[in-house]
Amino acid sequence: MSETPSELRYAPSHEWARLEDDVVTVGISDFAQEALGDVVYVELPELDQEFGAGTEIAVVESVKAAADIYAPVSGTVVEVNDALEEAPERVNQDPYGAGWFFKLEPLDTAELDNLLSADGYLEQCESGDAGLDGA
Amino acid sequence: MTEARTPLFEEHVAAGARMTPFAGWSMALHYGSQIVEHHAVRRAAGMFDVSHMTVIDFAGTEALDFLRLVVANDAAKAVPGHAVYGVLLNPEGGVIDDLIVYGRGAGYRAVVNASTRTKVLRWLGQHATGLDVQIRERPDLAMVAVQGPTALSAFARATGFDAAGMGPFSVVERDGWMIARTGYTGEDGVEVLLPGTQAVDFWRHLAAAGVAPAGLAARDTLRLEAGLNLYGQDMDDAVTPLEANLAWTIAWDPPERDFIGRQALTRQRATKPARTLKGVVLEAKGVLRHGYRVRTDRGDGVVTSGIFSPTLGYSIALARLPRGAVGDCAVEIRAATVPARIVRPPFVRHGKRTFR
Repeated sequence: MSETPSELRYAPSHEWARLEDDVVTVGISDFAQEALGDVVYVELPELDQEFGAGTEIAVVESVKAAADIYAPVSGTVVEVNDALEEAPERVNQDPYGAGWFFKLEPLDTAELDNLLSADGYLEQCESGDAGLDGA
Repeated sequence: MTEARTPLFEEHVAAGARMTPFAGWSMALHYGSQIVEHHAVRRAAGMFDVSHMTVIDFAGTEALDFLRLVVANDAAKAVPGHAVYGVLLNPEGGVIDDLIVYGRGAGYRAVVNASTRTKVLRWLGQHATGLDVQIRERPDLAMVAVQGPTALSAFARATGFDAAGMGPFSVVERDGWMIARTGYTGEDGVEVLLPGTQAVDFWRHLAAAGVAPAGLAARDTLRLEAGLNLYGQDMDDAVTPLEANLAWTIAWDPPERDFIGRQALTRQRATKPARTLKGVVLEAKGVLRHGYRVRTDRGDGVVTSGIFSPTLGYSIALARLPRGAVGDCAVEIRAATVPARIVRPPFVRHGKRTFR
């Protein structure tokens, strides 16, 4: 069974968001990495670029599938996880830790309230409305 | 809809497999990491439960005549103890399915895809009328592929049977088991048909001999590296073997053997097919995927199967391209157009890169 830490917020498109010191760290959920299978490439955004909530910001490719990553909140990219370039398998091994994708300086932290709680997200995953190509 | 289960279903679940619906069956997609399983097969030995595949026995005095009518390769080559790979064609030359025909002491056996079962059984039934041939499905049999550089030694430890002396595509039967030197990975190994009731025991003996379970996901990357087509993806009813890199599976001799699809193929062979199946490699970042457009100096083509190759560390694909397209090409990957290269498959055999 996949892990869904309760202190994080989740987008229906399977990103997680963690607010810490006014910066939002973003990655993909355990459920998502499991459905994608072995990750082989991650395409990260450029620093200082601005993204609106729900816009395409990164791409994750597994052996068999490609998935777009959407900005869970509006903001400016302040850091990206360059380590994924050499070690994309971290997304599978530690999706909520070493497998993070990028950090955003949010335009408005209140946008986090538009995201799902862990329970709400889990409910969506269990309803089978995964929206991911698992094979 | 609930999916059918192979005799090994419980073994997969106990091993932590991620199960996936496939052609009406619940099959193991992977047991944690498809890349780890892929490497296990390239470097040591892996085992695949392929019991979902459709096994069909043919008996009767005209069984061979029947198979020589419906299979484009010549089933006469499937003498007892030998297997032949071939395709079933429709009258237009389109591929209904690919299959392996095994020659037996009495009669023949064929293994066809799970996804095409209904269509193939109906097709075979239609063409058997008026001939002395009995067609019988064998759902009681399980099928396990054991593949990899150490597959044969592990198989010998697990069963006491030494298959190392058998040549490629040779077949041995004993005690209700059929052991064939065939596979879908580009490695050494055997494919074993055995009573479903004995499958769990066999699987556990293989595991004890150090063979790693491998799922459908690894099976797909292994077969693509080996340049082997997947039915429904690289070929289908609207694609002829000449357009699917399978010209070698057509037996033109003897000329009087009028197999179904022969006339259409003969015409296409004379005029040359407009498109052929080639390999495409992308050594830069990115992954080729089914459906991506390929631009060549002879016109556009399309990726039929694309993956990240775990052995090579970059993406490879099979693609239907205009005939004569060679050298450099470009692939449309989402918003970008990325330079790639047209090659001759296979990409990997026996663990090593094979294309130039």
